[in-house]
Amino acid sequence: MREFGYHRAADVSGAVALLAADPDARFLGGGTNLVDLMKTGVERPARLVDVRDLPLDRIEPAGDGGLRIGATVTNSELAAHPEVRRRYPALAQAVLAGASGQLRNMATVGGNLLQRTRCGYFTDASKPCNKRVPGSGCPAIEGVHHNHAVLGASAHCVAVHPSDMGVALAAFDAVVSYETADGPGALPLADFYLPVGDTPHRETALPPGALITGVTLPPAPVAARSRYRKVRERASYAFAIGSVAAALDVADGVVREVRLAFGAVASRPWRARAAERALTGAPADADAFAAAADAELSAARPLPDNAYKVTLMRNLTVAVLTELAEEAAR
Amino acid sequence: MTTAPTRPAAAQGSVGTAHTRVEGRDKVTGAARYAAEIPFTGLAHGWLVLSTVARGRIRAVDADAALALPGVLAVLHHGNAPRLVTDYVGMLGVPDPTAAVFQHDRVPHAGWPVALVVAETPEQAREAADTLAVRYDEEPHDIAFSAARPDAYPVDGYTPAVTEKGDVEAGLAASAVVVDEEYTTPEEHHSAMEPHAATARWDGGRLEVVDSNQGSTWVQSELAAMFALDPSAVRVVSEHVGGGFGSKGVRAQQVAAAMAASVLGRPVRVVLTRRQVFSLTGYRSPTAQRIRLGADAGGRLRVLEHRSWNQTSTVYEFVESSAGPARVLYDAEAHRTSQEVVRLDVPSPTWMRAPGEAPGSFALESAFDELAEKCGIDPIELRLRNEPETGPVSGLPFAGRNLAACFREGARRFGWAERDPRPGVRRDGRWLLGTGTAAASFPVGAGASTAALTAEADGTFTVRIAAADIGTGARTALTLVAADALGTAPERVRVRVGDSAFGSAWIAGGSMGTRSWSWAVTEAARELRERLALSGEIPPEGITVRSDTTEAIGALARKERHSFGAQFAEVAVDVATGEVRVRRMLGIFAAGRIVNPLTARSQLIGGMTWGISMALHEEAVRDRVTGAHYGADLAGYHVATHADVPRIEADWVDDTDPDDPVGIKGIGEVGIVGAAAAIANAVWHATGVRHRALPIRPDRVLTGGTAGV
Repeated sequence: MREFGYHRAADVSGAVALLAADPDARFLGGGTNLVDLMKTGVERPARLVDVRDLPLDRIEPAGDGGLRIGATVTNSELAAHPEVRRRYPALAQAVLAGASGQLRNMATVGGNLLQRTRCGYFTDASKPCNKRVPGSGCPAIEGVHHNHAVLGASAHCVAVHPSDMGVALAAFDAVVSYETADGPGALPLADFYLPVGDTPHRETALPPGALITGVTLPPAPVAARSRYRKVRERASYAFAIGSVAAALDVADGVVREVRLAFGAVASRPWRARAAERALTGAPADADAFAAAADAELSAARPLPDNAYKVTLMRNLTVAVLTELAEEAAR
Repeated sequence: MTTAPTRPAAAQGSVGTAHTRVEGRDKVTGAARYAAEIPFTGLAHGWLVLSTVARGRIRAVDADAALALPGVLAVLHHGNAPRLVTDYVGMLGVPDPTAAVFQHDRVPHAGWPVALVVAETPEQAREAADTLAVRYDEEPHDIAFSAARPDAYPVDGYTPAVTEKGDVEAGLAASAVVVDEEYTTPEEHHSAMEPHAATARWDGGRLEVVDSNQGSTWVQSELAAMFALDPSAVRVVSEHVGGGFGSKGVRAQQVAAAMAASVLGRPVRVVLTRRQVFSLTGYRSPTAQRIRLGADAGGRLRVLEHRSWNQTSTVYEFVESSAGPARVLYDAEAHRTSQEVVRLDVPSPTWMRAPGEAPGSFALESAFDELAEKCGIDPIELRLRNEPETGPVSGLPFAGRNLAACFREGARRFGWAERDPRPGVRRDGRWLLGTGTAAASFPVGAGASTAALTAEADGTFTVRIAAADIGTGARTALTLVAADALGTAPERVRVRVGDSAFGSAWIAGGSMGTRSWSWAVTEAARELRERLALSGEIPPEGITVRSDTTEAIGALARKERHSFGAQFAEVAVDVATGEVRVRRMLGIFAAGRIVNPLTARSQLIGGMTWGISMALHEEAVRDRVTGAHYGADLAGYHVATHADVPRIEADWVDDTDPDDPVGIKGIGEVGIVGAAAAIANAVWHATGVRHRALPIRPDRVLTGGTAGV
């Protein structure tokens, strides 16, 4: 592997300045994804700026019942936090559904948002990939795409975003804060990931050299009754083939508010707004849940070997919403 | 040396009692060193470069840029590498030429070794290897395996390609019940925890290799042949091995390291990455299998036909002997089996834990469950009705066949009698529940081995044998066997393994290791006791005797020699999401005398866990366009995690082998046999849907549904 320099940043402005001075540098959080990619030659940074010691490791109240989560909070800390578990249970469940205990102890919230796809063409530097080498092609479309996107993909890339955490954050309207050499900024998660289009190598709307400093969860009473369910090809330690984060508020058998986001179906955590619109004000029953799922999945464009995902997401949506509705009725 | 096996001394203490691994403390404290960790002065590091095309010729290797990088010492390739002898016949037959690296410009598959970059550090070597410019004349490749290939042809491997008696078609026409189905299993990989690694050093004309292998004298003999050396000029040491499962013989890393060490005149280490392990160290071929069963209404077989196809490379003919179980488990008037191969632009397959029997039992034991369903007979009763008197193909007597005892004991402990045979009628929340069973068998045997046994002056004993402890507990088992044979306590016996200097011995393979080595140790102990009875004081250098079991093993009568077992599984299936979870498993085995119940249970449970992986998870995927693996690492290639492994019980019935001096048969592979079928049969019982393609992935279950139950 390429030799690289290593710097441990002491403060945010110093970290940002180091990256601004060196376009070949990368921030290092838990390293659970970047270091693997460096070993296999997918990433070849000249310098790593370690941000784990930055004072961004707090989870604090924000606004009227929201939470602000620092970028270097580890997955383990996030999932264990009592206020996260009480107010946004689907977020804690999503984090615990990912990786392994050892990885969750290392991985950070900021790094989780920026982790790269596990598409086997992207992670293998000997193969073409538009995301890794723009213009080299997307072999997944003709080749292996069993676990690739059915929503929002393009003829240039059909990879999926691997995050579990991001799916819950998408459902709860999280806002990503960042710092650049020109000052701070913020992006709603809905705008954080760019559409694939013909530029799959451009993944986020973060300005060049920006350092994620935290994620803010706005107050969302509906989130108190929420759930994350992940389907994968083994019981643990595997990326999703489909996942759902859902929150449901039911009164008198009618859906007052619903939040729904899908994982492992698109290049980003997929907020299912069409399904939410279809379901709001509808009866809280299986037929309505299925109709809502169909409203979202009518946009699906599966490939020959991943059409099962459409059925999976429909069934999973109905199952999770039914569980939440039954819980509400108790 | 006698040819009559000596009986185990009665009422002797150690064999059959649980004993923790003698090297366990070293392993858990990190004191045990593995092949890539042993320090060498002046060590250089080699990094293999593998082809990125699936078929063609190497046009040029432009090494100038790589050689200019810091620390780079040499680049070996077909244009400058030392020549090797490749037309020899080794201990296990004609060798797979994949290990004979850099001998020509042909590329027969993606991931073929094309160069070795050697540098002062592994990082420098890897960086230079990544930047090495290799240009190819690429040719169209063909990796499309199926049973329908017109170019498939039968091959005699370690077993005959075809066995045949009676008239299959007439038998089927006369059968009240017929099952005719095709089953498939995917490409599977050994995935040992420790990747392959070797360090080579030349001292004058002598070659020394520190390795991780399944047989040091085996690797010694292969390297001697390839480098045209007398075997006495090659020493191979392999003290601790982090798993092998059939993949750790002579491979590219030992040969490339030995070449580079000779060119540079200093020790060279070559360690494979996980991805390189996937393309360079063999794998279990995908199989397609067609089974036709014909039976009378009472389930008695009139016809058994089992045809199997597997892929192999264009450079080596490897047969996955999937018809093995059909040749042992059941007889019929018309009985036909065949094994055919298809040559493709893929790496050479090899033995992988329970070669043949693992995929073969999935097909045969699934088909038997289908027959039980069609006949309306309990699956265990169906098997008991079809117990053969003698070998179905050979006609030879069985050297112990306690399969029925395994089923009876297993059924009792699993609660089989309470089972409702109807599929799709048990539910626990979102989960449909089902149970299934299957038979297991695996051949047993012994390979000629030598052992040296020394009575030390301090009253202890030292055993030296070129056995391999690949994590199975062989070192500990041999300690117990030696202690009993010497009439002493295990604490007074030191067993040294994994060194070709100890003399020839059978490999850790074919479920034959412990039996073969124990035989040699027992023979040596008997002779040593005779010597000690005659001599007075033990001199300072001790008294050493050597044994050689070639003659005794050659004198064994021809019989059907196998370990058997009955597998049971309970599964939960969510047909809305396609998830399958195994809830419990039970395996009861008849596998000879059990030397160390502690490690034997681990090994059997390990095999059954492999069965879970095989049934539900494992599948190496090839990209049609590049012909190369997709996702060839342990994130992309799934084996069962802890969360996938439920309560598994493994136990055994008394099955002492009368033809073995210690009563051993073999347990290394029988644990996986039948396990995948038991799980697949349980999935049918849960859902009413038969899954004939492994692995039973969520998308397959989701698409399969519940067959209207």
